[in-house]
Amino acid sequence: MSTITVTVNGKSYTKEVEGRTLLVHFLRDTLGLTGTHVGCDTSSCGACTIHLDGRAVKSCSMLAAQADGSILTTIEGLAPGGELHPLQVAFNDEHGLQCGFCTPGMIMTAADLLSQNPNPTEREIREGLEGNICRCTGYHNIVRAIQLAAERTAGVPA
Amino acid sequence: MSNKFIGKSIKRIEDKRFTTGKGRYTDDIVLPGMTHAYMLRSPYAHARINRIDTSEAETMEGVVAIITGEEVSHYSVPCGWQVNFKNGDTMKEPPHPLLVKDKVRHVGDAVAMVIAETREQAQDAAEAIIVDYEVLPAVVNAAEAVKDGAPLVHDDVPNNICFDWEIGNPKAEVDEAMDGAHHITSLEFVNQRLSPNAMEPRSYIGHYDSVYDKYTLYTSTQNPHLIRLLMCAFVLGLPEHKVRVVGPDVGGGFGSKIYHYTEEALVTVAAKKINRPVKWTETRSEAFQTDAHGRDHVTHAEMGFDAAGKIVGLRIKTFANLGAYLSTFSTAVPTYLHGTLLQGLYTTPKIHLDMTCAFTHTTAVDAYRGAGRPEATYLLERLMDLAAHEMDMDPAELRLKNFIPPFDGVEQPGYQTNVALQYDSGNYHGVLERGLQMLGYEDFRKAQQEAAQTGKLLGVGFSTYIEACGIAPSAVVGSLGARAGLYEVGQVRVQPTGKVSVFTGAHSHGQGHETTFAQVVADRLGIPMEDVDIIHGDSDTVAFGMGTYGSRSLAVGGSAIMKSLDKIIEKGAKIAAHKLECSEEDIVFADGKFTVTGTDRSLGFGDIALTAYVPHVYPQNLEPGLDFSSFYDPKNFTYPYGCHICVVEVDKETGETKVKRFIAVDDVGTVINPMIVDGQIHGGLAQGIGQALMEGVEYDETGQLINGSYMDYTMPRADDFPMFELDRQETPCPHNPLGVKGAGEAGCIGSTPAAVNAVIDALWSGGFKVKDIKMPLTSERVWRAMN
Ligand code: FES
Ligand code: FES
Repeated sequence: MSTITVTVNGKSYTKEVEGRTLLVHFLRDTLGLTGTHVGCDTSSCGACTIHLDGRAVKSCSMLAAQADGSILTTIEGLAPGGELHPLQVAFNDEHGLQCGFCTPGMIMTAADLLSQNPNPTEREIREGLEGNICRCTGYHNIVRAIQLAAERTAGVPA
Repeated sequence: MSNKFIGKSIKRIEDKRFTTGKGRYTDDIVLPGMTHAYMLRSPYAHARINRIDTSEAETMEGVVAIITGEEVSHYSVPCGWQVNFKNGDTMKEPPHPLLVKDKVRHVGDAVAMVIAETREQAQDAAEAIIVDYEVLPAVVNAAEAVKDGAPLVHDDVPNNICFDWEIGNPKAEVDEAMDGAHHITSLEFVNQRLSPNAMEPRSYIGHYDSVYDKYTLYTSTQNPHLIRLLMCAFVLGLPEHKVRVVGPDVGGGFGSKIYHYTEEALVTVAAKKINRPVKWTETRSEAFQTDAHGRDHVTHAEMGFDAAGKIVGLRIKTFANLGAYLSTFSTAVPTYLHGTLLQGLYTTPKIHLDMTCAFTHTTAVDAYRGAGRPEATYLLERLMDLAAHEMDMDPAELRLKNFIPPFDGVEQPGYQTNVALQYDSGNYHGVLERGLQMLGYEDFRKAQQEAAQTGKLLGVGFSTYIEACGIAPSAVVGSLGARAGLYEVGQVRVQPTGKVSVFTGAHSHGQGHETTFAQVVADRLGIPMEDVDIIHGDSDTVAFGMGTYGSRSLAVGGSAIMKSLDKIIEKGAKIAAHKLECSEEDIVFADGKFTVTGTDRSLGFGDIALTAYVPHVYPQNLEPGLDFSSFYDPKNFTYPYGCHICVVEVDKETGETKVKRFIAVDDVGTVINPMIVDGQIHGGLAQGIGQALMEGVEYDETGQLINGSYMDYTMPRADDFPMFELDRQETPCPHNPLGVKGAGEAGCIGSTPAAVNAVIDALWSGGFKVKDIKMPLTSERVWRAMN
């Protein structure tokens, strides 16, 4: 067991964690933030994507202990104050989700993508989503949702 | 019926909880005192168990209980569909134990369930269980499994044959037609095994309340009532009224979450045993080993043509792999969901399918998006394109020549096929012609000729498919062996203030029922969509239901809701007539108002609702309340169809294939929400193209699953596809109230052969006259076909 302190969605937590506990399980089981999902056991699907110190990471690919001292944002923290993030709005507008299981990871990945590249081409979006699997949408409307969010936020600093 | 909402792309009501991380899937649920289960599974495909020793594991930290096969040996999971041998004998139905005690039959077969305070403790303890396996030879291929001397999966099933079966015209008639054919196109191929891969892994929580003697099972299922029925009546022998089954938010199904799985029964049994809730969630690796797979046919098919290119006969021999145990619908898939679709869109006068279904040492095979219909479509559409190449004809013209002429099912009768079904309505020429127009066919052929001179080959593949959906008329499927009815239930409860709660037996796991069904209800009652709540997925609140699969939710479940809405309006008219002092026949209901015909005297829907619950001025002999439930049993299947066209570019040097364009023109009947229907098509296309070019479960000859993870099994990703080009034709279904046919599976059924045909066409354009490349068409396989 070790003690870690992390800031998650603007709130600081100090918790005991087992050495082997994955960050995703810490978020889901210890903090009850179940919006971050587990879709695989090989770090291949991206359902667990969150932001760590501002960049997208797969929270199943690191230990909770490694996150000590970090600032984390999960899907639950993407709309602080209740106003939805442009990607959350655009996913609804463009029907970018069906079962919703991949959606938090998709949105977190896309948010990082747009912060790096505010005006991505279709190809860049598709390549940017390489680490995220969706079985429902055929990706078509996810790409469109990200395009729409990019259009709407063009010129607006992230 | 107003049409304020129907036909419009209304944005989904359910989205907000998912985009904000507030969806509630089974694994998100935490119950007080909950324990965690881990399944110990066989690493071997076929092995005798000499000994299981749990003694050390039992003493480990956090362990609450360990269940092995001995303890639950009196339970067995049944199959939901009985198919008979050609000679009338009943199919072989060997036991399907919850935990194996004597012999494991596939990699992932479970031998023990360990329950502990945490998931990690359960896993640690499972690793300390000693199982002495004596490994035995295995068989994984259905055509091999039936040969004399093949290792037996079940000792009392000779040659591993579950049953043999046939459909169509008498074999001798088909042979005669083929003997007279001018040309026969013949193809031997494998329709490979797929893993469904819904993104949410299966997850179950068993709960037992000793005070009320009541069980609750939370389960990632497509059909909570069906699970309750199967588990209570046929597995555990529990009284149904003491069992509640809840299917909360479910992260995709694609068929794989229809079936009653052993772990559902195990967590239920375990919860009572330890008097604490038990949660089990599979890993992705377990999903590959235990979620029912799809497809897996080995086929030899021949199609005969006359000199003018008219089809004269179709003759098929197929071996279908059922895996080690029978899953809920597994026996129906290669038979009634496959053989009955072999007419396709063509006037083929003579058809015969000879089917052998075999057990092997592999994961059970059952319905995966499309279920049998993709296999039928693949067979027909590959033959059509190949025949066109062989006869040097145009593949589009060959189809147009053989299509069943248009019929609406009202003025013109339905089309009676040679394989039992009667199609409802269709204009098959229409979808192909529209597809060709979207493609710009002539220009494409020119571009293809030019490309053939370069290092990149262009190819186009066609697929004009039909499916049987809206599953299913109970009496028909009953006569074919279904052990349940396939109607649906819809209850409409108008609350005193005119707000409406709708309870449906259909289950949404991505399909958007909360929106689509609300559109229908709001329009029928002339009220705002916000006034309608769609409730599903809980056997304690929804009267009954058969669930969601076979593109049935709206066609069957929506029809049940429509029946209840009619009853609401009929009763509302009685109340209105009484209040407005006119006869009931003089009341018309439109736009949310009951009006005395020819006058401006009317009462709003809300007034009537309130009167029904505060019946002071009220017709004599009429019960208070405004709440109706209906069962709808469809008259026939529905028959969506369409035309899929794929354009690929193949690199001559590397065999790498890129999908350049994909055009889909589908007729799914009347469309309630175009945006949602398009989304269903998109997802299906990705899965269908995934089968053609990327996916496939592989076992080695010892029965080892060699690509059971996302590191090894190629899942389609965003950069594998172009934007899809969709259009539709709407021929209403003549036999259900909404005219809908179902859209869930179309994309997956039509697209696979279109993609494979496109690669084959590309190769022919470069002078490589290949008949077949084994799916998935990886770069290596395509390259080998050219070298
Ligand atoms: S759960 Fe993290 S990548 Fe799949
Ligand atoms: S919406 Fe279901 S996996 Fe993406």
